[in-house]
Amino acid sequence: MIESATIETSLDVHAIRKHFPALQREVKGKPLVYFDNAATTQKPQVVIDALVDYYSNYNANIHRGIHTLAEEATAAFEATRDTVQQFINAEGREQIIFTGGTTEGINLVAQTWGRQNIKAGDEIIISNMEHHSNIVPWYILAQEKGAVLKIIPINENGELMMEEFENLLSEKTKLVSIVHVSNALGTINPVKAIIAGAHSVGAVALVDGAQSTVHLDIDVQNLNCDFFVFSSHKIYGPTGVGVLYGKKHLLESMPPYQGGGEMIKEVYFDNITYNDLPYKYEAGTPNIADTVAFKAALDFTKAIGKDKIRAHENELLHYATEQLAQIEGLKIIGKAKNKISVISFVVENVHPQDLGILLDNRGIAVRTGHHCAQPLMDCYRIPGTTRASIAMYNTKEEIDALIAGLHKAIKMLL
Amino acid sequence: MEYKTIEEIENEIVDEFSLFDSWDDKYEYIIDLGKKLPHLEEEYKRNENKVRGCQSSVWLVADYRDGKVFYKADSDAVIVKGLISMLIRVLSGQSPDDIVNAKLDFINKIGMINHLAQTRSNGLLSMVKQMKSYALAYKLKSTV
Repeated sequence: MIESATIETSLDVHAIRKHFPALQREVKGKPLVYFDNAATTQKPQVVIDALVDYYSNYNANIHRGIHTLAEEATAAFEATRDTVQQFINAEGREQIIFTGGTTEGINLVAQTWGRQNIKAGDEIIISNMEHHSNIVPWYILAQEKGAVLKIIPINENGELMMEEFENLLSEKTKLVSIVHVSNALGTINPVKAIIAGAHSVGAVALVDGAQSTVHLDIDVQNLNCDFFVFSSHKIYGPTGVGVLYGKKHLLESMPPYQGGGEMIKEVYFDNITYNDLPYKYEAGTPNIADTVAFKAALDFTKAIGKDKIRAHENELLHYATEQLAQIEGLKIIGKAKNKISVISFVVENVHPQDLGILLDNRGIAVRTGHHCAQPLMDCYRIPGTTRASIAMYNTKEEIDALIAGLHKAIKMLL
Repeated sequence: MEYKTIEEIENEIVDEFSLFDSWDDKYEYIIDLGKKLPHLEEEYKRNENKVRGCQSSVWLVADYRDGKVFYKADSDAVIVKGLISMLIRVLSGQSPDDIVNAKLDFINKIGMINHLAQTRSNGLLSMVKQMKSYALAYKLKSTV
């Protein structure tokens, strides 16, 4: 057996880049520098090939067909479920529900578990750094039921104030819904402790893994979360597919979400029995092609190795942070000790939109604005930030291009 | 001051832009226009004067005198301010009829639509729409 120390542990980023066709293109006459990965990642050729292969060779509706194409399509679709189960270490494959994305996963829980279990006066705890998709579904539910939203505040570094969280917990708390990694700050939240806190008062805990699943090792059993949601497109897979993981007893006791085909066992006009998990929550023809191709994205990521990817991304994040700190008037928003991939900043007297336009003029894609986290921006008293987010295929040279682009843009703007 | 039609001013701008070799130069020019555009008085920076559909804050006010519409505007983003400055140069001081019917081809001809990401050019189009709706309102008012 080979000693692990002799194995190549660093990531060959230039080899990886060759797998991503979009990274080969130019923008505004310059090589594309893509730093908008927290919004969506680019797709490797294997994912694109899986989509084409499905439509070219075995496009069929799944589950009840008795012909060959239907069997092949069903097998491929269900294989993704197995891969997802392993990817997040779920107890059973039936606990993996396919959704349209993270947003739908949260709405599903709010409209099923939430409507069944939340009553007037109950409290739902979220945090000040949530994406709108982990605020609005709970706001709607709270409005409907007369429940109350409680907010975990953050400190100036962009970390949750855990002692305040402890104070918010009470017998009124029925749900804690928390983001794992902040899309606007990159903060990694101590979700395991938060879940334990929720459980200590008998509340249920949901983790929004939209930004974490691509970077961190996810073990839902170790986290002991009741629900975990994430999206395929932020982890090198196609858009339009997401996953809801739930504890089995919860998924079994919750009412169905949407009614239709697939989610039923027997339908009479006076009596309907619902299908078993996971199909109970997968009404209608699902997004078969994208779900099938999602497996290719997870296999690709696993083959490269999340630990290697993480080490590479952390190295770039540290380098970018160092370099950005040297720019006069630039302030990094979100300085959590425990953070990943995302670097958000503001420049004195410069509007993020102007920076975004001028960086785009150099082929550099960043995101500007409030990042669908308006309460967080209000907390920092800023209208928005410029955000660069790092993925496995980014390079040190690209960070240098970003820094050079920023210097040039700031010089033009001031 | 010599009166110029909307189209004449548009052509002037297109000619000016044809002198630039690179987009860096075009942006330098737009930023310069933005910096030179007089600030809108704070009293006008109210919610009802905000143009919707822009990532930055854009405020636009109009005034109707002697059959002409005059615009004033501001933004917290300087490139947007430069774009507003060009729109004001083209449309301010024109008749409501001419403003409503203006094709504003110069935006396309100087490559702005293609160069700005769609979300932001939507902001630009929102500004045009807002300016035209002021003109339309004055037109209707004056015919009553």
